[in-house]
Amino acid sequence: MEFIRITDVEKTYPSGVTALYGLNLKIKKGDFTFIIGASGSGKSTLMKMLYREEKPTAGEIIIGGVNVAKLKNRKVYKLRRKLGVVFQDFKLLPKLTVYENVAFVLEMFGYDKNEVRVKTLKALDLVGLKEKVKSYPSELSGGEQQRVAIARAIVNAPKLVICDEPTGNLDPDTSLEIMKVLEVINNLGTTVIVVTHDRDIVNKMKKRVILLDKGRLKKDFEKGTYDKNEKH
Amino acid sequence: MIRMKNIRILIKNIRDGLKNIVRNFSLSLASISCITVTLLIVAVAIIGSLNVENFTNVIRDDFTIVVYIENDCDDKKENEIKGEIQDLSNIESIEYNSKKQIADDMKKESQIFDTIISSWSESENPLYDTYLVKVKDSDKISNSAKKIEKIDGVALVKYGEGMIESLLSIFDIIEKILIVIVVSLIIVTAFLIVNTIKITIFSRQEEIEIKRLVGASNFSIKQPFVIEGLFIGLIGSIIPVLVTIYGYSTLYEKTGGILFSKFIKLFEPFPFVFIISSVLIVIGVVVGMFGSSRAVRKYLKI
Repeated sequence: MEFIRITDVEKTYPSGVTALYGLNLKIKKGDFTFIIGASGSGKSTLMKMLYREEKPTAGEIIIGGVNVAKLKNRKVYKLRRKLGVVFQDFKLLPKLTVYENVAFVLEMFGYDKNEVRVKTLKALDLVGLKEKVKSYPSELSGGEQQRVAIARAIVNAPKLVICDEPTGNLDPDTSLEIMKVLEVINNLGTTVIVVTHDRDIVNKMKKRVILLDKGRLKKDFEKGTYDKNEKH
Repeated sequence: MIRMKNIRILIKNIRDGLKNIVRNFSLSLASISCITVTLLIVAVAIIGSLNVENFTNVIRDDFTIVVYIENDCDDKKENEIKGEIQDLSNIESIEYNSKKQIADDMKKESQIFDTIISSWSESENPLYDTYLVKVKDSDKISNSAKKIEKIDGVALVKYGEGMIESLLSIFDIIEKILIVIVVSLIIVTAFLIVNTIKITIFSRQEEIEIKRLVGASNFSIKQPFVIEGLFIGLIGSIIPVLVTIYGYSTLYEKTGGILFSKFIKLFEPFPFVFIISSVLIVIGVVVGMFGSSRAVRKYLKI
């Protein structure tokens, strides 16, 4: 059963630069997928369209039955509540503690204090940071900060977690650690998409790998089944 | 259930709004002092314009049409004239002043008058019986005067023509200028505050961006800022309110409520200052909320 279906997606920026040409892609529920490619291959654009920071110029992006491409700006938050996003630069709030950085998402959605506490601690436990709840981001290592960001992404139990270069700022050992955390999350049933240009990690993890090149799908290595209808 | 959620969110946002004022204190102070300064000017302008309006009204109330009645009219005819005047629109009150009364009043004014007037016999009194007519709307005083003049038996109508009209137009101009000043001050304040708050929010772009990314609706991003604006407006109006209450009542006490001449009477300080204070608080709060809301808009995708 496919969770994400991308059909004939094209993206041309107002400046006239085309980042993606007629992309077709299907991602199954519960999959762990890497999207790789050189700078300018369109992988970041694809990510941004998945969490609807950008709109495709043409084509459809269906996530869980909803055409994200047609979502109005003021409705975008409904999509974002159902997915988690992790960035290269962590995007933590420096004046909030680790706990608050994760909890504020739930508070914003109006959960009661008890629910917030239980879910936040569960998420922080999952990424292995239960001991650091009272620390501030500046007191943490890069890897720890990224784990806080992952905890924030999964705290509302999303069906999909999108990671845009999550290990871009981290050393190889720490990067692998982060990937292990993402694998745990994936094993709990969450669909995970990771954009990276870190070949080592991709090779070590042995997951589905989609290679983009100059805005086109070049290769799609999939263990097990291989969908012949897919363009490449 | 949904209502519970919204109340929790509102309480959280009120707490966050207050926290943010403390957290970004130097920037909040900029917005607060901006509101304080402009509200002070607005307070002076409002108090000034209301007092000008007050004493123009006092002067206007004194505007009187004097109706001179032909000497051959008997009491019955005079009553008929009174009735006809009363039937006109815009008439507030009519007071009768007989020529005997006028003569008596004049006698008191000087010894010469006294001597001359005392020599008249009753039938020799050359003065006219008069009606002193006050109108409801002093802007239409000349119109009413003209109508009264046409009534049979009316010899002459006087109401300080020319002088009253020019006074009226001056009051009108003063009032309009003051309204323009107050309104433009409020608009300028709003702009100033939008920009000051924009600067404070600029440093919190990242916070807004992150909130957007984790699924905050535009409304839920805006709400804490708008609540913050409310508190900034409230805090910013403290000094103007105190200045209004203590400053104006002190001024009133020191001057005895009279400025320059007996025509320029000040409003009684109570409850006047409380009304002005409420107006200032409302302006501060509305402008603070509006300013915040406008300033955040820039960082939202709508």
